[in-house]
Amino acid sequence: MKILEISQLRRDFQVGDETVHALRGISFSVDQGEFVSIMGTSGSGKSTLLNILGCLDTPTDGDYSIDGTNVRNLSRNQLAVIRNRKIGFVFQNYNLLPRTSCVENVELPLLYNKEVSPKERHDRAIEALISVGLEKRMNHTSAQLSGGQQQRVAIARAIVGNPVIILADEATGNLDTRTSYEIMSLFQHLHDQGKTIAFVTHEPDIAEFTTRIIKLRDGQIVEDRPVATRSANDALNSLPPAIDN
Amino acid sequence: MNFNNLIKIAIKALLRNKTRALLTMLGVIIGIAAVITMVSLGQSTTLNTREQFSSMGTNMIMISPARQHRGGIDMGNSSSKSLDMKDYLALKEKTHYVAAVSPMVGSAAQMVNGANNHSGSIQGVSPDYLNIRKYELERGLMFTNDDIDRYAKVCVIGKTIVEELFPDGSNPIGQTIRFGSIPMKVIGVLKSKGQNQMGEDQDDIAFAPYTTVQKRFVGINHFNMITASATSEEESELAATEITHILRSNHRIEQGGSDDFEVFTQEEMLSSMSSVTQFLTVLLAFIAGISLIVGGIGIMNIMYVTVTERTKEIGLRMAIGAQNRDIMYQFLLESTVLSVLGGIIGIIFGVVASYIISAVLGWPWVVSTTAIVISFVVCVAVGVFFGWYPARRAANLDPIVAIRYE
Repeated sequence: MKILEISQLRRDFQVGDETVHALRGISFSVDQGEFVSIMGTSGSGKSTLLNILGCLDTPTDGDYSIDGTNVRNLSRNQLAVIRNRKIGFVFQNYNLLPRTSCVENVELPLLYNKEVSPKERHDRAIEALISVGLEKRMNHTSAQLSGGQQQRVAIARAIVGNPVIILADEATGNLDTRTSYEIMSLFQHLHDQGKTIAFVTHEPDIAEFTTRIIKLRDGQIVEDRPVATRSANDALNSLPPAIDN
Repeated sequence: MNFNNLIKIAIKALLRNKTRALLTMLGVIIGIAAVITMVSLGQSTTLNTREQFSSMGTNMIMISPARQHRGGIDMGNSSSKSLDMKDYLALKEKTHYVAAVSPMVGSAAQMVNGANNHSGSIQGVSPDYLNIRKYELERGLMFTNDDIDRYAKVCVIGKTIVEELFPDGSNPIGQTIRFGSIPMKVIGVLKSKGQNQMGEDQDDIAFAPYTTVQKRFVGINHFNMITASATSEEESELAATEITHILRSNHRIEQGGSDDFEVFTQEEMLSSMSSVTQFLTVLLAFIAGISLIVGGIGIMNIMYVTVTERTKEIGLRMAIGAQNRDIMYQFLLESTVLSVLGGIIGIIFGVVASYIISAVLGWPWVVSTTAIVISFVVCVAVGVFFGWYPARRAANLDPIVAIRYE
């Protein structure tokens, strides 16, 4: 089943008198259970694509369907509902609310979903935190957590709403190699559970942990190939042992 | 998102910045406290005036001659001779709504008893005057109509005069004191009434038959004033109309001609006095209200800072599904919670301050529920009004830009 379906997607920006073609008619689809990495250098159009995939932006031309819903003519608020129900975001700089506990951070997307009761919200947040391995830090605030732990909270926040796709934007960009691998291991674990993940990165070694690589250059897809997936756990084990104090 | 969640988010956001929230509220706290204090004290003065005024009698009507102009010169109203015996008798006999009438003739007098003396005034009145002004006798008797007919040299004196002229505590009844050169026999002593709202000592008073004062003291045939009381408070307006009719016909004033006398009911005097305090109250409350607006501007300022500071948070909330109105309400509610909380603290301060001030001044303590309710509504309005623009700015942010804002 196709989760994302993109055809002839274009996105133009008006900068002064000039029109910048950020995406020049790209097409691809993502099936349920895929773990796709979207690669490209800066200026390749991957941020624009991510914004559109995340329903934060709408295409100038072409169609984009997420879970069967074409978002092209949806209003700002309808897009917000799609983001809330169908998409889980993970950002490079975590974007946790300061001075707010892990549980409350993870509850956040459910706050904007009227169908979830306060009790259910709390239970689901705790469940999500357990599944990312933070059962002992539920009530810590982000300032009390390491970068890797903060990213785990962010991942818990992304999965708590049970979205059809998790969109990660350079999710390991701020982390050291070991922590990056740990996070990738977590993503692989989620993938094993059947989650669909789109992972934007410019690091080739991170892309190796996914099942498919889509490479963008100058607003066009230059490469779309399956990957012989490397296990993040193996990669972790091959690292020189961490020096514990 | 439902309202409870929004309230929780707003309160949490404020708790994250307690000092700032408190400082922001300070403007509203001071504004509301000032309004509540001013209005409460204003009402307290009005009540105070009313209470003291009613000690003078509740349905009193005062009739005085109109101001006179002669050759373009204002002669005041005491020079007028328009009220005389004929008027008094007419009012006494022809009215239905007037319970009691007394003429008044006053004269300043130096009162002497042996080595003690006191400067005051003597009022010539009829026996009914005690009823009209709610004076009571402590000892002795009031003079009678007989005394009036005989221009009797008798008087009834108040507590202050008793203390001044009889410092040894001897019984003044039956003693003769001199008013200037005129010896007068004391036949009664009045019960103390204390000060009236003008701060005048109501016990520094001596009453004598009006004929005695007219003939022996000032040598006139008219009265300075006529005082009456209506049959009831409700009928004082009717009584005033009746009096006006009688006096106009007595004075042969034709249709359209202006009265040569003035009739005031106690209610009129009271309302003209309270209108002054009311005006002052409104003025002070208005000035206090300005500080409330300044407080509101403080809230708007901080809300602007907050929105800019939390651009990233707004971006995140939008990315994970907050709609425009969720963001709008979140910030609107935050500013409203700030102002309402400030308002509640301000109301408490205002009530306590007005309590302390009225206790110190010995005024009755009035808590104006109207002022409290209005303040509360104004607070909500201030929060919504001054929070609106920053909140709208937050809601209209582009999530793509906001989430990458540094």
